[in-house]
Amino acid sequence: MNLRQASVLGWVLLGLALLWVGLGVSVGSAGFENLLRPLLDPQAAPEQRAMAQQIFFDIRLPRTLGAWAAGALLGLAGALAQGLFRNPLADPFLLGSASGASLGVALMLAVMGGPGSVLASMMGSGAGFTVFGTGWLVRLGLTGAAFAGAVLAVLLTLMLSSGVQHTVRLLLAGVVVGVVLGALSHLVLLWSPESLQAMQVFMLGSTAFVGWTACWLMLGVWGLALVSGGLLARLLDGLSLGEATARSLGLPLAPMRLALIAVLALATGAAVAQTGLIAFVGLAAPHVVRSLVKTTHIRLLLLSSLMGGVLLMAADTLARWLIAPQELPVGVLTAVLGGGYLLWRMQRGRQLGG
Amino acid sequence: MDSTALKASNIRARLGNTEILHDLSLDLPAGRWTSIVGPNGAGKSTLLKVLAGLLTHHGEVTLLGQPLRSYTARARAQRLSWLGQNETAADDLTVWDVAMLGRLPHQAWLAGPSDLDRAAVETALKSTQAWDWRARSLGQLSGGERQRVLLARALAVQAQVLLMDEPLANLDPPHQADWLGVVRCLQEVGVTVVSVLHEISMALHADEMVIMAQGRITHQGACVDLTTHRALEQVFDHRISIHPLANQWVALPSLPA
Repeated sequence: MNLRQASVLGWVLLGLALLWVGLGVSVGSAGFENLLRPLLDPQAAPEQRAMAQQIFFDIRLPRTLGAWAAGALLGLAGALAQGLFRNPLADPFLLGSASGASLGVALMLAVMGGPGSVLASMMGSGAGFTVFGTGWLVRLGLTGAAFAGAVLAVLLTLMLSSGVQHTVRLLLAGVVVGVVLGALSHLVLLWSPESLQAMQVFMLGSTAFVGWTACWLMLGVWGLALVSGGLLARLLDGLSLGEATARSLGLPLAPMRLALIAVLALATGAAVAQTGLIAFVGLAAPHVVRSLVKTTHIRLLLLSSLMGGVLLMAADTLARWLIAPQELPVGVLTAVLGGGYLLWRMQRGRQLGG
Repeated sequence: MDSTALKASNIRARLGNTEILHDLSLDLPAGRWTSIVGPNGAGKSTLLKVLAGLLTHHGEVTLLGQPLRSYTARARAQRLSWLGQNETAADDLTVWDVAMLGRLPHQAWLAGPSDLDRAAVETALKSTQAWDWRARSLGQLSGGERQRVLLARALAVQAQVLLMDEPLANLDPPHQADWLGVVRCLQEVGVTVVSVLHEISMALHADEMVIMAQGRITHQGACVDLTTHRALEQVFDHRISIHPLANQWVALPSLPA
């Protein structure tokens, strides 16, 4: 029945993820190339092997795995948001986290003077930059600023909505915070126009600067968020019957909602901090899963997460390969592909619905 | 055992700034079926929410001899099941999953469903004739079929008290009759049933009737009592009349001469 379908989909997504890791590490500035040959060939020149090793282990592998982790975080956050708000259009950025992260980054760029190279060095913790090497401001870095911005924005939303009791108030507060913090970000950029280019990289989303530290960080947060989300999955199932029914079933709505929002903020903040604003993955991943299998939230969360990972990894590989040696910002690609997919679903839904 | 399942004393409840229930008191007998009727806006659904502990209010509600507030949410949910009006449902959950949600009050947080839970869900789905669709998602069902699944969800709780707000919405006449059969079975095993109904002829099958108007109870009595019938006709401005037909009481519209 549905349990078997869900298991099959889970294994397929894991298989696809592994396959795509292989593809992802094979796509470089010259398109597809086999890095394994110099790595495995005993005849290969030592410097050629060292170079291949460096490209493989220090750049492409963390980037590819990082793309999966960021996608998995966004897919999980999307499924959490859609369950929490009982709205299939909810996305992980709904509570103002995207605007908060943007403002954090804009402020940090303005304070630092905003050259693009700083962005690269700050976000690329695997590319030789040590985050513990300098003063607190730099140490906190853009990653910390984005994460702090995202979490603070969600806290602000919670304050404005006076808690988590009313879904509509929460949504409205999220919209207000999003608009106001977005406007403030633009104001900061007007004040510091030299930050514009670096800010653009953040706004469009990119996995290019993901190193091992970022990768492990995201995987750690993913594990934590997945377990916490799993523990709260029953609340989401109960909520799908409406708030009053969920309460009549004895579910403690207020504390559990707060816990869900904390998990949502953590997952979104971690992904945004490392890869910028990547659109549509969080919105589309749960939709794709739901179109394939009908299941309860405990499996939906896991499957949406695996789906998000595969989608972003695929988009990232495409972004690197389509116009190689140039690279498309992955956020642009996910927006175009995700938007196209949702339009197709809408069209199909209309045809089915008559 | 206390013969009162639910007792409400001096209840005042508001929706926004408007007071809906004005100092209302009532006793609902245990093991009996009470139907609550009245014109639109009388406060029937609000009263049911207050009795279920889902709406903040002044005054006290007692469930099975204990103040409702003294129960933990989980203990209350094990004893009292509630089926809301126009209850929303996730289209993506299967019929089985939705009915299994009724077992939440009985399950440990991380434990899966027990054999007892599965048996309760099977009995509930079979009693509302929804068993055959158990693997289908709710989104694939019609309004009436959904209502039967949601009713099964409320039955699966196996609570001592069952509150239902408009349980017959979207049900065709044969399934309305089936619902009557389900309620009778519940009564036989001592469950207290309280239902808000707009179908007056169906409501007259209950043991007791509570008649409401403008946030107050205008009459409470046995459904077979003629005084109840007169009170019913009066609350609907004599635009309906109650008549005996084939060993039942039926409400017919009073047509202009």
